[in-house]
Amino acid sequence: MTKQIRQLDRVVIRFAGDSGDGMQLTGDRFTSETAQLGNDISTLPNFPAEIRAPAGTLPGVSSFQVHFADYDILTPGDAPNVLVAMNPAALKANLADLPRGADIIVNTDEFTKRNLAKVGYQTSPLDDDSLAGYVVHPVALTSMTVGALAAHQVSKKDAERSKNMFALGLLSWMYSRPFESTLRFLERKFAARPELVAANVAAFKAGWNFGETTEDFAVRYEVKPAKMQPGTYRNITGNAALSLGLVAAGVRSGLPVFLGAYPITPASDILHELSKHKRFGVLTMQAEDEIAAVGAALGASYGGSLGVTTTSGPGVALKSETISLAVALELPLVIVDVQRAGPSTGMPTKTEQADLNMALYGRHGEAPIAVIAPRSPSDCFFAALEAARIALTYRTPVILLSDNYVANGSEPWLLPDVESLPDLRVEFATKPNGEDGTTFLPYLRDPETLARPWAIPGTAGLEHRIGGLEKADKTGDISYDPANHDFMVRTRAARIETIPVPDIEVEDPDGDARVLVLGWGSTYGPIGAACRGVRQRGLSIAQAHLRHLAPMPANLGEVLRSYDKVVIPEMNLGQLAHVIRARYLVDAISYNQVRGLPFTAAELETTLEEVLKNV
Amino acid sequence: MSEPVAVKLTAKDFKSDQEVRWCPGCGDYAILAAIQQFMPELNIPRERTVFVSGIGCSSRFPYYMNTYGMHSIHGRAPAIATGLSVSRPDLSVWVVTGDGDALSIGGNHLIHALRRNVNLKILLFNNRIYGLTKGQYSPTSEVGKITKSTPAGSADAPFNPLSLALGAEASFVGRTIDSDRKHLQSVLRAAAEHEGSAFVEIYQNCNIFNDGAFDQLKDPSTRDDYLIRLEHGQPITFGADGRFCVVHPPGGFGLEVRDTSSVRPEEIVVHDATVTDPAYAFALSRLPGLDLRNTPIGVFRSVDRPSYDSVVQGQLAAAKATVTETPEQQLAGLLGSGDTWTIV
Repeated sequence: MTKQIRQLDRVVIRFAGDSGDGMQLTGDRFTSETAQLGNDISTLPNFPAEIRAPAGTLPGVSSFQVHFADYDILTPGDAPNVLVAMNPAALKANLADLPRGADIIVNTDEFTKRNLAKVGYQTSPLDDDSLAGYVVHPVALTSMTVGALAAHQVSKKDAERSKNMFALGLLSWMYSRPFESTLRFLERKFAARPELVAANVAAFKAGWNFGETTEDFAVRYEVKPAKMQPGTYRNITGNAALSLGLVAAGVRSGLPVFLGAYPITPASDILHELSKHKRFGVLTMQAEDEIAAVGAALGASYGGSLGVTTTSGPGVALKSETISLAVALELPLVIVDVQRAGPSTGMPTKTEQADLNMALYGRHGEAPIAVIAPRSPSDCFFAALEAARIALTYRTPVILLSDNYVANGSEPWLLPDVESLPDLRVEFATKPNGEDGTTFLPYLRDPETLARPWAIPGTAGLEHRIGGLEKADKTGDISYDPANHDFMVRTRAARIETIPVPDIEVEDPDGDARVLVLGWGSTYGPIGAACRGVRQRGLSIAQAHLRHLAPMPANLGEVLRSYDKVVIPEMNLGQLAHVIRARYLVDAISYNQVRGLPFTAAELETTLEEVLKNV
Repeated sequence: MSEPVAVKLTAKDFKSDQEVRWCPGCGDYAILAAIQQFMPELNIPRERTVFVSGIGCSSRFPYYMNTYGMHSIHGRAPAIATGLSVSRPDLSVWVVTGDGDALSIGGNHLIHALRRNVNLKILLFNNRIYGLTKGQYSPTSEVGKITKSTPAGSADAPFNPLSLALGAEASFVGRTIDSDRKHLQSVLRAAAEHEGSAFVEIYQNCNIFNDGAFDQLKDPSTRDDYLIRLEHGQPITFGADGRFCVVHPPGGFGLEVRDTSSVRPEEIVVHDATVTDPAYAFALSRLPGLDLRNTPIGVFRSVDRPSYDSVVQGQLAAAKATVTETPEQQLAGLLGSGDTWTIV
């Protein structure tokens, strides 16, 4: 049967099923196939905190959304064009996000009376007219998979578990994806059990062939490669990019990287990833608690390593006292906060930007530190390098504010040339710095950076003691002198405030915008997509995005004051907006959502248009 | 870092230029002097020695040692020292802590450092009181202790620091007394030679808030009958002419003190610090009563167990041994690993 082939410029697919159905893996593989084809991509996994919530229930639904296009895209897409629903719960949990006319592929085998009842369906939505506005493709995914594997030497359970590969095969056919990388992946994944390789490959091919032969799918789609900068790419999540950035910081500084970490969602993947890179001299320690994790990192920094600790909001709270000690000791330390919805345990697998206040102010005493935030998954690599650069150059703790959205989302990454990465080499103190030529002054500062010498144990002649008690300028001796304390507090503030950071850049293609949207961190994509939408309607709007939250770019005040209105969208209740108002006396409009999900471009677009109407 | 060279240092070399500011008469002075005098024996260059402390009177210790040192925050010294020690196996890292610092706010870090067997020498100055905060009861104060925070007497039972350390399977556990310089130095010497965590409890008098807490162990008229001086390979007897001894009664779980005249010589326990099962040293740690009678001092336990540092550094070395490229080449390879595609 010859199928019609239709060209599309972009598609959003959401794979949804039970947490045990392998939807994250299915989404990952589809993404990898799509990357091979050269589309631009953005992904959004969304999964419950429970490892296996009761099967077939709404809390157990796990999904993976992938947006791919023949042009550069900024978000994983607001609304799916296609929903793959592996059971009634997956359908019910995701239906509200679907626009009318979307395709729904359902696994009919799971639409049993019992499963329908579990999620409160009185009658099957496949049998009544509740899905009338959609294009429904009923597919007996489980039984067809089991049927296709009848001749295979696998248990019925293993055969049923291969149904995600059937779904992947079908979708790969529908969107004309190259599947070689998936076959290679299955060979690697099940290397120890060849019968599972054969079964999963057979399930994948059965899904592909089903698409080819069934009349239900009359159209096949193509999305042409995007025009992307020449070079070698890989698809990467934020947590993976951040980990590689830390490895790169070790290579470029010539220092061993020491990671002290305690497992916490959604940051644990960084610990997992870095623990694989021992050949780079990366030392990872799973500590007994968050406090020990940062303490060990600080101890390693004292000894001449690049000390790093990775965590999420609750962990930063516990580390707060040690971060203040690092402020007093003036040693390098990178603290990675992969933010999640709080307070307390909150929603550990959902995203939020509500730790900004804690990062900026969450310590006792006057304890200023540097804070930076990555804007996208691949940017986590460069943000990690920048955090390391500031920590090493200025001998200060730096908080790197990632969040669950960039940490688990993915996008294509143009691999950088290693030689082009910043040179992070540092010089340890090797000889006395006192005027008499024999004394060592551990708090004598570099006049340019205000950094104190980093004299690591093992250096003869520089033996000295440091600690949390206030220190006298230059000598570092204990001091209770009022004037000295005042001086030291101001100096610690100045040495952060005067760290040179790049000017903020404004994107205003029309050049006549009167409204500026200011964002920070992971909202870059949705804000950028919303601004594009606004401009496509013939309106002008400017976008600027903060990477350095402390210190802020020197030109920020001037930029803010050159617009009639400034809008600040944040996934919190206006934490950056407060800072901007306080620092620059700019009457910024705060737009906030805290639903555990990233902004959709559409809702931001509507908000921005409202503001534009009133300028 | 250069290789260690033969150094001939003296106690004076280990004294910093800082004025010592403990209360006059504090037991800490004696410990400081003993350690400064003993350090040259180790033949470790000063620059390779690091003292890390937490908060409390004892934690001022690093300021007075002319080595590298860090006075950190309350309870966290073992964690900070762990990061330093495991990343810098060339250093000799010492932790100085107190009963509140190590057993109250920092209890978690202490037990985990010990179970990991980090190569730290942990000196716990136990004065059974909070001194720096001016006299509250501590986690080693006796039940019913009347202090500023417990006018009706403390209600909670104390930790036995050695029992706790042995429960965490510390590979080296010892106890000594501030006033007995010779003994203190002998225990510290054994601790310094031990590979892995060495935990030493030092009974230390706070003459301001808990004066005389260990007098029975110091007073010439009582000390011989109270103190059990452990010596590896020797039968455990004490008191005048060895009139008391330690036996392992059949059917019992632990050790007991008896009149030596009442037992056959072969029944007397011969001290062996190398017994693998910590139960033996634990039983020793349970001998003293509330009145300090039958207090063993010396090395309770000293067993060989790979240090955390050596295992971790071994893994790093094994991974690095396979490397043939420059770090930059390695990094380029790592960045380009996985499924990549090229756009021309």
